Amino acid sequence: MQVPRYWREIPKRYRLEAAQCKKCHNISFPEKFSCPECGSQDFKTIKLSGKGKISTHTIIRIAPEGFNDQVPYGMGIIEMDEGPRIMAQITDCDPEKLKTGDRMIYQFRRIREDGSTGVIMYAYKFVPDVGI
Amino acid sequence: MRKLAIIGIGLIKWGELWEKSMRQIAAEAVFKCLEDAGTDRIDTMTIGNMSGGLFNGQEHLSSLIPDHMGRKNIPAMRIESACASGGMAVRTACLEVASGFSDYAIAVGVEKMTDISGNEATYALATAADQDYEAFHGVTFPGLYAMMAKAHMDRYGTTREQLSSVVIKNHYNGSLNPNAQFPFKITGDQVLKSPMVSDPLRLLDCSPITDGAAAVMITTLEEAKKLKKQPVFISGIGHASDSIALSSRKDILKLEAVELSTNTALKMAGKSIKDIDFAEVHDCFSIAEIMILEALGVVAPGEGGKASSDGLTGLDGDFPVNPSGGLKSKGHPVGATGVAQICEAVTQLRGDAGERQLENIRTGLTQNMGGSAGSSVVHILEVI
Repeated sequence: MQVPRYWREIPKRYRLEAAQCKKCHNISFPEKFSCPECGSQDFKTIKLSGKGKISTHTIIRIAPEGFNDQVPYGMGIIEMDEGPRIMAQITDCDPEKLKTGDRMIYQFRRIREDGSTGVIMYAYKFVPDVGI
Repeated sequence: MRKLAIIGIGLIKWGELWEKSMRQIAAEAVFKCLEDAGTDRIDTMTIGNMSGGLFNGQEHLSSLIPDHMGRKNIPAMRIESACASGGMAVRTACLEVASGFSDYAIAVGVEKMTDISGNEATYALATAADQDYEAFHGVTFPGLYAMMAKAHMDRYGTTREQLSSVVIKNHYNGSLNPNAQFPFKITGDQVLKSPMVSDPLRLLDCSPITDGAAAVMITTLEEAKKLKKQPVFISGIGHASDSIALSSRKDILKLEAVELSTNTALKMAGKSIKDIDFAEVHDCFSIAEIMILEALGVVAPGEGGKASSDGLTGLDGDFPVNPSGGLKSKGHPVGATGVAQICEAVTQLRGDAGERQLENIRTGLTQNMGGSAGSSVVHILEVI
């Protein structure tokens, strides 16, 4: 992966920046060109809290290229408290014990390294929110 | 709009075809189709292919395939919509004929998936998902469908046995299909003993990697009536898209593109789902067939699992699904799948399906989708 393709997504991957429609207040993550609810193109950038719950999940046991050293790993759709849903790895826990509805919190983590360009990719992962 | 008919189909035996190239299997399917149609006339050709670029390092199939056929000047174009490329190629060929641009349009679907390693093929298939917001994080297609399966189990109580019933039924049907990649029966015990790929989906819940091609010839109903063979009328076509990322959907158990494409096709045909006698659907994973049954409106949301284990969809059930063996047993050469579904529906409607022939059928439906149902295309076929 070439560097620009990676860095142009950084505001979302590092800071969970989402787009809130100024007209209907719907939040899109990642942003859309126009609001899927009302069609408006007038957005403001907001930062998601990073807190939410598992809406569905699985354990990846046969991984794509670049993730083989991480199997088995938890993967899920996290429904953020603000509404949007995010596909992410769920880590720092036994993925066998995860349940739908479990509370999750954002962590900044390394995703993988690109073998050909050497780009080290970081983004969000989620871990169980134990309320510390 | 001119009325449409299918006058020829061409299918080859699918599998791991080490000795054959992409261009060769595509040409074989086309020539079988021409022979079946009883014509060598091709006004235009559409080519359903998901990723010649990643599977074979080969783009520009609109030149490659006619060239290898020895018919280098045919106007051809490649149509891509991930795993729905084949169905979309048929739809595009229909538009050519319906509009009057062409009188004889052939749609060929082809995918040669074993020219790269399994890992590379997994990567190529994952490009049907959102690269930046799904694949980037390490999710696979089995992973995406596993999340749908988990949600279906949580909300509706769908069981492991119900998922297995889809697999067992499709392999039984495939055991009667000489063109299938895996033409053998399997048991529920074999499903349970197969390796876990992405919980709760096991290896035998997943469709395979396949080399294959299929073709259909489309002309006007008027033209078709001049031929000796019984034509099959295409009475409905529907097509819709949905968000590419599963996480963008408010309800991941609602396959909106499938619902919309089905409703559009039924409306065009002037029918309801109750008028459909059987279907070929996109069972890329066991859970997909269950969810498609619900999206088609055959059963209510949440009842797809029970309907499957109760035998609704078997060859002798009230609504047979995937008499060909489906993607699961017949194989899933992604760009060819949607075309082959039409071939099976035509074979059934002509009464040529041998041991897997359905009785008392007049109307069939085919449903082909891309990615995690980010696109879907439906055709309705009838005997006249």
